[in-house]
Amino acid sequence: MTTANDLIHISAADLAERLSSGEVSSVEATRAHLDRIEAVDGDVHAYLHVAADAALERAAEVDRLRAEGDAGLGPLAGVPVAIKDVLCTIDMPSTAGSRILEGWVPPYDATVVRKLREAHLIPLGKTNMDEFAMGSSTEHSAYGPTRNPWDLDRIPGGSGGGSAAAVAAFEAPFALGSDTGGSIRQPAAVTASVGVKPTYGGVSRYGAIALASSLDQVGPVSRTVLDSALLHDVIGGHDPRDSTSIPDTWPSMAAAARAGRREGAMKGMRVGVVKQLNGEGFQAGVTQRFTEALALLEEAGAEIVEIDAPHFEYAIAAYYLILPAEASSNLAKFDSVRFGLRVNPPGGGTVEQVMSATREAGFGPEVKRRIILGTYALSAGYYDAYYGSAQKVRTLIQRDFDAAFGRVDVLVTPSAPTTAFRLGEKLDDPLAMYLNDLTTIPANLAGVPGIGLPIGLAPEDGLPVGIQFMAPARADARLYTVGAALEQILEDRWGGPLLSQAPELAVATAGGTN
Amino acid sequence: MSEITAEQVAHLAHLARIELSPEEIESLTKELGSIVDNVAKVTEVATPNVPATSHPIPLVNIFRPDVVGETLTQEQALRGAPEHAEGRFKVSAILGEEQ
Amino acid sequence: MAKPDLMDFDRALELYEPVLGFEVHVELNTATKMFSDAPNYFGGEPNTNITPVDLGLPGSLPVVNEQAIRYSISLGLALGCSIAESSRFARKNYFYPDLAKNYQISQYDEPIAYRGSVDVELEDGRSFTIPIERAHMEEDAGKLTHVGGSTGRIQGAEYSLVDYNRAGVPLVEIVTDIIYGADRDAPELAKAYVSTIRDIVVALGISDARMERGNLRCDANISLSPRGSGILGTRTETKNVNSLRSVERAIRYEIQRQAAILSAGGTITQETRHWHEDTGRTSAGRPKSDADDYRYFPEPDLLPVQPSTELIEELRAALPEAPALRRRRLKAEWGFTDLEFRDVVNSGLLNELAETVAAGASPQAARKWWTGEIARLANAAGVDSSSLVTAQQVAELIELVEAGTLTDRLARQVLEGVIAGEGSPAQVVDTRGLAVVSDDTALLAAIDEALAAQPDVLAKIRDGKVQAAGAVIGAVMKAMRGQADAARVRELVLERAK
Repeated sequence: MTTANDLIHISAADLAERLSSGEVSSVEATRAHLDRIEAVDGDVHAYLHVAADAALERAAEVDRLRAEGDAGLGPLAGVPVAIKDVLCTIDMPSTAGSRILEGWVPPYDATVVRKLREAHLIPLGKTNMDEFAMGSSTEHSAYGPTRNPWDLDRIPGGSGGGSAAAVAAFEAPFALGSDTGGSIRQPAAVTASVGVKPTYGGVSRYGAIALASSLDQVGPVSRTVLDSALLHDVIGGHDPRDSTSIPDTWPSMAAAARAGRREGAMKGMRVGVVKQLNGEGFQAGVTQRFTEALALLEEAGAEIVEIDAPHFEYAIAAYYLILPAEASSNLAKFDSVRFGLRVNPPGGGTVEQVMSATREAGFGPEVKRRIILGTYALSAGYYDAYYGSAQKVRTLIQRDFDAAFGRVDVLVTPSAPTTAFRLGEKLDDPLAMYLNDLTTIPANLAGVPGIGLPIGLAPEDGLPVGIQFMAPARADARLYTVGAALEQILEDRWGGPLLSQAPELAVATAGGTN
Repeated sequence: MSEITAEQVAHLAHLARIELSPEEIESLTKELGSIVDNVAKVTEVATPNVPATSHPIPLVNIFRPDVVGETLTQEQALRGAPEHAEGRFKVSAILGEEQ
Repeated sequence: MAKPDLMDFDRALELYEPVLGFEVHVELNTATKMFSDAPNYFGGEPNTNITPVDLGLPGSLPVVNEQAIRYSISLGLALGCSIAESSRFARKNYFYPDLAKNYQISQYDEPIAYRGSVDVELEDGRSFTIPIERAHMEEDAGKLTHVGGSTGRIQGAEYSLVDYNRAGVPLVEIVTDIIYGADRDAPELAKAYVSTIRDIVVALGISDARMERGNLRCDANISLSPRGSGILGTRTETKNVNSLRSVERAIRYEIQRQAAILSAGGTITQETRHWHEDTGRTSAGRPKSDADDYRYFPEPDLLPVQPSTELIEELRAALPEAPALRRRRLKAEWGFTDLEFRDVVNSGLLNELAETVAAGASPQAARKWWTGEIARLANAAGVDSSSLVTAQQVAELIELVEAGTLTDRLARQVLEGVIAGEGSPAQVVDTRGLAVVSDDTALLAAIDEALAAQPDVLAKIRDGKVQAAGAVIGAVMKAMRGQADAARVRELVLERAK
């Protein structure tokens, strides 16, 4: 017999099996997660919106279809899922964590959301994020920060802290995230969850509220590598509504993840350690766990090779020019005319004054900072030196990747330089905050895929440490194989998932907080 | 050292249509200066012979057939608008010229 | 204003040389918009021909219309341009409420077509080559309606309303190089150039090219250079020029206005000016300044356009004949004299005539109606002839005349009905009851009544004074309120005299 407690702790893959066998119903699974949200989200604040009634209705519908023997139900039918608030949903507000979009319900679904619905997954609600995905801590959400389930005084990473925390706090089996410079992988690292940034163009961006169009990519967030792969298989593939969507057909990511669990999966795999993204500037416990993980990979038959990527040290600089430039243009549409907030200056004003007052009141400080920076980088007389040069650095970083992948199958780095820091610790120092994405940014600049997964706790603070693998563009499947292989090795040593070592969260009694 | 001035920040804020407070202009001037100092290192390696990359995955000629699809209804279009009238989005007076 | 603000045109040309440049926007008549699959149609209920893309909703993304690419390449080829091996879209960033995303997707440093030329004929038959700098693709903006205030204009309005149906309509902007040497032909050359562009896009079938509907819009740049100085003057850009006639008038006006300012020692402000058809003047718009920082950058949501040689050659092979060749052919086919043909061309009615002939009318009849009655009515209304009636309607009218259903006089009344929107010529004939009375019984009754009133007429006719019949015919026509065929009446009167 499966208890409600089991239902929230098992993986999405296990849950899907139990749903398929009829052992549990989707209503039971959905109810268990809604109860968990009710119990812990007052403290964690992973969700901005919970669609309890709609979720239970959809779950009942899936149960009915299954009872009727519907052969069209996908492998994940009836499994609940959380959705980052950056994605447009026709039946839930989509705010991207910004005051300027408070309460906005789009008249359309993002392509990935449509695919979730078509596969009969059950959307539980929308997860918290840094405003317009600008941040590494979720402290820049206009609706208050999300807290790390490992330590409620610490950040859950960002921008997708809500999705990572929801998964780590067992408030959803898996979730959708978006990753522009690390917003899936860095939160995964600090919450001991798994997250994947697919190859740019591998998953549709249609309906993902744009931060930086040439860097953004939607991807899965979960507790196991296989669960991310299963979700990737649902949301991936060509979308004619996104011009940058790759028209190729893709192999099954789930099959690739399962292959990683087989004996000898790492044998002969060439793993490149990026010289520039190791050692200096990394917390001691991060480096220690990273080194141990490399040793385990070597033990499993992988060949570890040091790789020189000389231009990676320019990645953050290029990123903080390209991102603000594109964002300054993407965010121009928030002008109080067609949707969202409108603030009228005292005594009224011209449309220009209304727009300026709205954007002043509706955007938070980090968004304003980046819009101004991006406006500067694009303006006449500065374009060549800043935006133009950043685009050239992008070419150089791509060349570094090309050279590296001529020698190795995957590259490996820590997912983040430190474990979770305390709320407020870096809020007043934008440059320090920007360094959190040191290891994740190169993949976005080059468009290559990356996976982050937990590799243990840092001895000095007992907080999770993550590792990142990167593969050539279009070779996402390889990451699932490698990730699943390492996950297997580590869980065998730990005797179970790392998240089972997380402290129990206080459970709010009925009528409690939230 | 970059030379970002408060006047420059005020001009950028106007271009970006954000009515920054004087305090925000002051703090942004400082922050922007230090950020620009840091990101300016891109110019060290961006030599003239390096081509620019604007798309990470190179694709070309991505087109759509000229076939009409589904449109929004007027109700859907206007539903999220702060103000509307006569089936149109309503904005306060525009000073300036007709475009 | 106390001082004369216009200089005599001839005097202005003695002192200054006009330097011209044109930006012509052509709306393509594709089925869908440039970057969305919404219908390419902007009449009708506001905010209905839109998708999330046209409304610039968060998360929406543009996808390029393939037909718009083909049309743009064809147009580029017809303008004698090279087609870029690789061209791309850029974002032009500026805030304006009719611009849904607050940036316009346009082409900036890599247009699809570049460096071409167009041969333009003046009324006296002289030819002039206009250099084309580029033709690039972009999207149109929505439409603003200004409410309150006295005039419905932007100044003094209380608020404005936005309809995004036009947002995303595909445009090609054709930009000329600087045009020197037009001299006193400048106004006429401007008109001939726009008219030629119109002929080209109509022949290509890529635009409805109705200036009064904004399918074809011309921004005219003009500056004056003191004669012999070799110094370029400051230019103005005149917008809102919505007919061939106003292109000519606006250029003429700007030459006279700028000359007056310059000769009085003043300076020209570099600015946008708006043409006002009603007053025949331009007024100052926004000054151009360094503040126009559009922060162009490559559109990250779209990919480069790299047409294959095969596609370009396929489109080149399908190009219609060049306007000059076509004119030569039509003149021969129609058997027009030089004068007749030039009259048609100079009235800008060549396409209307060709379409009318294609619809079955004889060339001479088509010429007579278009350059005669229709041109007269258009002139009186201050609009282009093509905005009044369609070639189909004119052909139908001519057919009714040739079938004897209408006399010329009646046909003119039917034409008025058609222009008033009462339907097709046949419908107007029906509803107004304007057909020629071809029933002999009714005519004979009227003839007998007239003969009774003038009993001597029959005798005169019988004496060989046939012209006496005129008095009876006049009376009959009057009695029939013009709805009789005078020739038939005459026949019947002569029969009665036998």
